[in-house]
Amino acid sequence: MTRAGLTRAAWFPALLGLCLAAALTFLTLPVVAIFVNSSPGQLIDSLGEPGALDALWLSLRTTAASIAIILLVGTPAAYLLATRSFRGKAVAVTLIELPLVLPPAVAGIALLAAVGPSGILGGTIEALGIELSLTTASVVVALTFVASPFYVRQAMAAFTAVDRTLLEASRTLGVSEALGFLRVMIPVALPGLAAGTALALGRALGEFGATLMFAGSFRGITQTVPLAIYDRFSTDFDSALALSAVLVAVSAAILLSVKLVRGGEALGSAPR
Amino acid sequence: MLRVEARHPLGALEIDVELTVERGECLALAGPSGAGKTSVLRVAAGLLRPEHGRVEANGETWLDTERGIDLPPEQRRAGYVFQHYALFPHLSAWQNVAYPVRGLKPERRARAIGLLERFGLADRADARPHTLSGGERQRVAVARALAREPDVLLLDEPLSALDARTRAAAARELGGVLRESEAPTLLVTHDFAEAAQLGDRVGIVDQGRIVQLGTASELAAAPRSAFVADFTGAVVLTGVASPGPQGGTRVELDGGGTVTSTDAAEGVVAVSVYPWEITIEAAEEEPHGSAENRLAAEVLSITVVGSRARLGLAGPQPLVAEITLASAERLGLKAGVMVTATWKAAATRVVAA
Repeated sequence: MTRAGLTRAAWFPALLGLCLAAALTFLTLPVVAIFVNSSPGQLIDSLGEPGALDALWLSLRTTAASIAIILLVGTPAAYLLATRSFRGKAVAVTLIELPLVLPPAVAGIALLAAVGPSGILGGTIEALGIELSLTTASVVVALTFVASPFYVRQAMAAFTAVDRTLLEASRTLGVSEALGFLRVMIPVALPGLAAGTALALGRALGEFGATLMFAGSFRGITQTVPLAIYDRFSTDFDSALALSAVLVAVSAAILLSVKLVRGGEALGSAPR
Repeated sequence: MLRVEARHPLGALEIDVELTVERGECLALAGPSGAGKTSVLRVAAGLLRPEHGRVEANGETWLDTERGIDLPPEQRRAGYVFQHYALFPHLSAWQNVAYPVRGLKPERRARAIGLLERFGLADRADARPHTLSGGERQRVAVARALAREPDVLLLDEPLSALDARTRAAAARELGGVLRESEAPTLLVTHDFAEAAQLGDRVGIVDQGRIVQLGTASELAAAPRSAFVADFTGAVVLTGVASPGPQGGTRVELDGGGTVTSTDAAEGVVAVSVYPWEITIEAAEEEPHGSAENRLAAEVLSITVVGSRARLGLAGPQPLVAEITLASAERLGLKAGVMVTATWKAAATRVVAA
């Protein structure tokens, strides 16, 4: 091969490599900077102050509550969408996916208009004895609204990928559809369901806009970690950095667990 | 006893089937793919609700569209073996077999291990389906269907997912299991030889209908149509029949040549003869012996099947003959050699085309 030929052949891989390097630098540098700027000692010190721990504890509680709701309601809903066809199914799927593209601030306003004190369902909710204005419960509502589409979409795909004859086999073996759903469909779809859970978890943990609009930012009641970071960054940058570092660590752990679960995905499809 | 009656439109064809399987009997439905065989099984199991139909098993009505009875699959005691076995990938072999068994874990496990032992699979009890061989998977699927103590057994192409080498052994073993089982069994296959081996009776299915029902040897000896003859593995030639001498029939074949048969027929017909009834002579040999039918043909292909040679022949119409490998060598057969294919009028069936 001539020298000119070699250069001509090599420019494209070189371009690809350059783009990847640029993307990697741009995406990792800010994350690395968080840890470079805060020494481990500082990090622990800032966590020691009561407000930070309150925010962390609130974030974990509200995220756990909203994930529990999403799993309990979202799993059967996704199963129905994946296994049955009915009129208006495409519309239902689109409506479920809508919060994915909604700006968080719009989501917050929308929630206020729907279930806020003066919203269209505000009276009903008040009558039920549920306090949704500026309470911890309202944080859970905001997180659930924003995070659930991530789970339902993924769970639908996971159920769709399961061989339909498995459920038929379960029924011919004397097991009702409801029990077959628990004993066969969920275990076989589990890697996909876990991936969906992790996506929703990540989204709920980082939720900011909708929570701020709908639930406000009160220490110990509605101030989750992202809100606490925003609250501090102008007055106490170091403590904002420390809290950010904690969120990065938790998010990375979630991402890693998804990758590990994905490794077992071979189970998901029946041998053909 | 199992009775199935079903009428149901299925794409371009209409399923219209009525059949009865006695206790201890295996009825094999054989037909080309797309003939609607699997749908009959699905109706029996409750996985497909026909427009009109009735299913009765052991005197119990599972389905009666007239009376609005339709038990869900889980309430019909039908053991179903799916074409690709549908083993649960997240469960081990024993857990698959124990799936329909109720009770505490030790009892369920003991029951499953007992069944796996019967199938020579006790040592594979803890293996996941994807680590089992095709033959092992098939046996686990049959064991799982039997674990339900079914009133009827339904098997969809139980051997088609196996490679040729394991198929023969698996067929023998499945035949043994079916003979032991008292439950009426409905089996579906696209292979007539498999149906003949496993079924006490065989129903040939074409376009959603059972076109002929009988023992395998009855079907082979007296096919009622060209389709049945062809499906049972016979060579089918077309022509026009007219009465011949001494009560026989002469058939002028399309493309030339004449054959005679002891069957009576007139008009446009199909003539069938089994490949193993055809003998091959060198082209220059003088006619001798009792065989009345003689057609000149060119050898197109020779396929060795065990100790037999299967010859593809180009005569007035394509022919297939089966002779021993020794004879093929003695005659020096190879592609391009001209031969005479001969067979007896008594081995020649004539049916309406």
